[in-house]
Formats: sequence, structure tokens, C-alpha cells
Amino acid sequence: MEALRGVSLTVQNGEFIAIMGQNGAGKTTLVKHFNGLLKPTKGEVLIDGVSTREMSVASLARKVGFVFQNPDHQLFCETVEEEVAYALRNFGFKERDIKRRVTWALNLLGLTQYRQTSPFMLSGGERKRVALASVLAWNPKVVILDEPTIGQDYQQKEKLRQFIVQLNAQGKTVIIVTHDVEFVAECNPRVVLMAQGKIVAEGGAKQVLTNRDLVAQASIVPPQITQIFLGLKDLELPTDVIDVYEAMRVLMDFLEASS
Amino acid sequence: MSGPKLAVIEAKGLTYAYPGGTRPSIEDISITIESGEFVILTGPSGCGKTTLCRCFNGLIPHFYGGKLEGDMVVASLKVSEHPIYELARHVGLVFQNPENQLFALSVEKDVAFGLENLGMPRDEIKKRVDWALQMTDIEDLRERAPNELSGGQQQRVAIACVLAMQPEVMVLDEPTSFLDPVGAQKIFEVVNDLNKKLGITVVLVEHRLDLASQYANHVIVVDEGKIVLDGEPREVFTSETARLIGVGIPKATRLYQVLKENGIRLSKVPVTSGEASQLLQEVLRHNRG
Repeated sequence: MEALRGVSLTVQNGEFIAIMGQNGAGKTTLVKHFNGLLKPTKGEVLIDGVSTREMSVASLARKVGFVFQNPDHQLFCETVEEEVAYALRNFGFKERDIKRRVTWALNLLGLTQYRQTSPFMLSGGERKRVALASVLAWNPKVVILDEPTIGQDYQQKEKLRQFIVQLNAQGKTVIIVTHDVEFVAECNPRVVLMAQGKIVAEGGAKQVLTNRDLVAQASIVPPQITQIFLGLKDLELPTDVIDVYEAMRVLMDFLEASS
Repeated sequence: MSGPKLAVIEAKGLTYAYPGGTRPSIEDISITIESGEFVILTGPSGCGKTTLCRCFNGLIPHFYGGKLEGDMVVASLKVSEHPIYELARHVGLVFQNPENQLFALSVEKDVAFGLENLGMPRDEIKKRVDWALQMTDIEDLRERAPNELSGGQQQRVAIACVLAMQPEVMVLDEPTSFLDPVGAQKIFEVVNDLNKKLGITVVLVEHRLDLASQYANHVIVVDEGKIVLDGEPREVFTSETARLIGVGIPKATRLYQVLKENGIRLSKVPVTSGEASQLLQEVLRHNRG
């Protein structure tokens, strides 16, 4: 079965991209090519100009950190602290640096209190954060997050958003795979829309997510704010609104102009 | 809501700590869920939602061990006094992670497993499996191995497994987190149909309130192991407590609040985009006219 069919995509250094699309569209398959977990049967993937066929997964991993959709696929240590330290040891970091980085990563993701806890005692959302901490700890240049918002509550999502924006501002390339339209609407990255193994659209979040036909093709629904404005079309209000505060401004301007 | 309702789930002073846990995961929980309700259970991650769900079908205390204090009665059965297999006929639980519940070599066998365990006749099993696969729109996956499916497809299989049992209460622990929005909506509609047409009581654990709220008539918010809000959706979503704990209320409700802060009042609190559009139409047209 061909999971990907003729995909061509360029990700610039320091970009923030959301790959969106229906279940089984090939999103995860695509990003697994970015750290060499999968090699293409046809075509090639270049990371910093080097083909993934010519590099080991281990050396690619140092550059391209991958946080899996399901944290249970990557967690196995007895404590959260060991889990986060594990890859650092493998990469040969010094014990002192390991300690510093573990503390930094746990603090960043609000996990300090669970330092000595088994990851398997934690909730789904918390385990997801442990997985994220364990990858961020080695400071990869590219961070791939496969469905980072699954099981996260609103506050955690907001933290995650600020955090991604911050990583991105520091020059990191961030690639998220997600169905979470509301999250993408709040993050406003470049969106790559996939359906049936192909890329069907690329563009700014605002442009892609407010195109009803395009998103339907990818089994996504427009953000709720956009849907509200689609329901106000006959008042000649704009339909490309994705954010609550933007919505408020548009509505207030409308009321002011008509009074 | 009409006529006298029967409590199908009743918890009184429920407190539980996992063996080896230092503090209780849930503390002094008292809730009443009436037969036929569609309940959303929400709250910050790690607040004890999943733990509470595990009490509904006796996984706590029977499987996880530890001591369950207080009373939990589900479908007239005291949970601590009845084995899981007996409770399972009344309460179906769909896990957060479908991989934790799928194990057979084909989707069909997985969906049939629970029914076979109940010793149901072959024809009835076949009928129910067909129905459950159809309801969840996975008839084409019948012969596939669950472990080869995508996360979203697996979640539908997991839901089909529970659906096939036709329980009185269905507890779904973030059942759509792996699904794309259209797939999620489809699942919510299936669950909503089961609730409205068959009268199955639904307890849905959910963070994505934008998608799920329109179906619920009762929202319970848990924070740090305790019930902090318990009531009608519009009331819960607009409460100060919901804002303080950071419940991800629907964007339609959020827009209502933001407008209100700026002196624009809608005549009702919307939870869906359709309601919000309609309420805004009223205000905007009135103003224009």
C-alpha cells in the first residue's frame, strides 16, 4: 500500500509548520521520513542538504527530535527523571549537563513535582509532556510534534502554544502534525493540508482554514469562529476570521459603522 | 426533561488513592447522573477524570487495588460488591488510548469478543457486530488487523467493541482525541444517537468542548480530584470558576463573554457556532435597522 504518493515539500530553516489532514492521510508517515525512521521507496528526503539514506537514525535524531503521538511508544524508564536523562546519556552528554538539562526540561513542562514518579503513574496528558521533555532536553534543531495537543487541557495547550512560539523565535524549526483546528487557529503557522497521501493545499493558517471546500477535503472543520462568520455571510462581514479577539474587533467595527 | 428520573450513577463521598500513591487521586466526590443524561466530564489533565471513570465500571477497586472509600452505585449495583464482568454488562468503557483495549487479529473478532464472553448466540453476535461496525462506519475494516490501523481508525474499533455490548451507560474517556474533526463529529453524532434514540446514558470525558458541548445537558468539572462545577452547560461555561481553572470553553461562548465585556449583549449564551451566528444576526440586524 502506498501511504504517500508524490509528495514534494520544502521546509525552511526556522519555519513553523502544521501538517493537517484526515486520519490515514499520511501525515505521520511523512514526518517519520524527516528523521530517517522511514526511507522513501521512491524519491528522496534531504535534511540540511544530506539524503536520509546516507545518515543513521541516531545521527539524524540529534538534529531532528521526534515526539510521538502516543507517549507510551517512547516511555520506558522507571522515573520521569531517568526518562528525560536517557537520550542525553546516549548522546554522550556530561553528567553535570544532563542534570542541568533535565531540570530545565522538567521545569519547562511543569513536571518537576513528578521527578521521581514512574511515567506510568501519570495521566495521559502528563505522559505526553514527559515525552516532550525528553526530546527537548537534547535541544534538537528541528522539533517534530505528532499530535501534541491530544489529551492536553486548555491551559496546557496554551502553555504549549507559547512554548512553540518561543522555540520558533529562537530559530528552531517546528513541525506539528495535528487535527486540532482551534489550536492551529491560535498558533497561526504555515499549514500543509494532506489527503490520501498527497498534499492538497499549502498556505497561511488563515487562508487555508477558512476555505470551507479545502478543509472539507481533508476531513477538517473550520475553526468555530470561522463557522460563526460563515453564518453571517449575508451581512457582508468578512469570512476569513479565525480568532476570538479579531472577531470582536470586526463585530464592533460593524456596529459602529452602522449606528 | 420531564417525568421523574432515576439516578443511574450515584457517588457519595468517593475517595481513592492508587496503591503506592501518596495522595488521593479523587477526594470526596459526590455526583448524581440520571438515566438518559449526556454528561461531559472535564477538567485539567491529571485532575482525576480517568480515575473517576475507572470507578464507574469497577476497574477501581477490583483491578487497580487500593481502598475505595465512600459509595458508588451504578445501575443499582454497588460497584465495590460486584465483579467487573458483571458491571461490564451495564457500563461500557472506551479508553483514552485504543491500543490498550484492542488485541484480536481482526477488527471483527475484537468487536465480537465481549459478546462471546457473555455467551451470546452466534446469530445475535453477528447481528450486533454488523450493527456496531456500521454505526462507527468501519465496515470496510472488518478483516483488517487493529494494530495496522491508524490511531483514529483504532478508536472507532474500540468504540464499536463497547457499542456492540449495548450497555445502559457508556463512559468514553476522550474517545475522539486521535480523530480528525470530521471523524470526531461523526463519533459524537453516533454517541448522541445512542443517547437520544436508545436512551443510553453517556459520560464523555472531553477537553475539546468546541465540538462536544452541543450534545450535552450536564457538565461536571473536576479539579485536583474534587468536583468544582456541576450543572447545565451554559451555566458552567460562563462561571468564574471555569475561567479560573482554565476550562477550554467553546469559542462561541468565549466570543459571547468578550462581547459582553465590551458592552454588546447577546440574548442568550451560545455554545455552538450556529447559535452564535443566529444571536449575532439579531443584534447586528437590529442595530442596522
